[in-house]
Amino acid sequence: MTGELLVFIVLFLITITGGLLMLNLTKVIHMMMALVLTFLGIAGFYIMLSAEFVAVVQILIYSGAITIIMLFGIMLTKHTEAEPKTGWAKKGVVFTGIVLFFLIMFKGIRTISLGPQADDLHVNNTEQIGIMLYTDYVIPFELVSVVLLVALVGAVVLAKKDEKDEKEGEQS
Amino acid sequence: MSSVPLSAYLVTALLLFCMGLYGALTKRNAVIVLISIELMLNAVNLNLVAFAKYGVGASIRGQVFSLFTITVAAAEAAVGLAILIALYRNRATVNVDEMNTLKK
Repeated sequence: MTGELLVFIVLFLITITGGLLMLNLTKVIHMMMALVLTFLGIAGFYIMLSAEFVAVVQILIYSGAITIIMLFGIMLTKHTEAEPKTGWAKKGVVFTGIVLFFLIMFKGIRTISLGPQADDLHVNNTEQIGIMLYTDYVIPFELVSVVLLVALVGAVVLAKKDEKDEKEGEQS
Repeated sequence: MSSVPLSAYLVTALLLFCMGLYGALTKRNAVIVLISIELMLNAVNLNLVAFAKYGVGASIRGQVFSLFTITVAAAEAAVGLAILIALYRNRATVNVDEMNTLKK
């Protein structure tokens, strides 16, 4: 059983390293690449927690789609070479607040234990999720499709150039 | 049977959440702020999946909820990026400190 602990420690190091690199690197693209490391580490945690389907979805959506969309966002906008520095005072206040938050939460969850673990999650994991989605959660599932459609149309409308601007651009 | 307790996963998620919060509050670049919010949502997902295995009344429901969260986070990223592009076209900046038209 020490194997499980070893895998956990390796994944923990990968995840936390990615996050710390994101906070400390200076170039935006490098920050994005550091976060891919974090997303992959989290996918590893999902596999350890016998959530194979969620792990694959995590890799597809986060390491794939969201990273690519954010890279597009970075490339379509102009960036100064290095991130402008935030003032030390603001950083200090935010850091203190977050450390306090961390300590309070840590005290609460340090020794938490909530009874026996579920031991049938890995058996036909995808089938179980599918059955649950189409029995208990049909209405949220359909609503999520509406949310995705609205987000798709909304993103296109927001990112589209205004027609008025285009005409003015042609005249000038 | 398991040697990794629930609290280990929760502390990992807490660390990720704190890093995301710090990034969202201190970084100036709007793209990085957006991606920091994604990091916080990821920490929440990790909690959901951990509770699906070790929580009270553990069942597959936690994983289903994490799938819903991932969907909404993806929609949020797409809309946020579209707003960012529209804003960049009008103001030619991605610095969140300069996005203060409503304040003036």
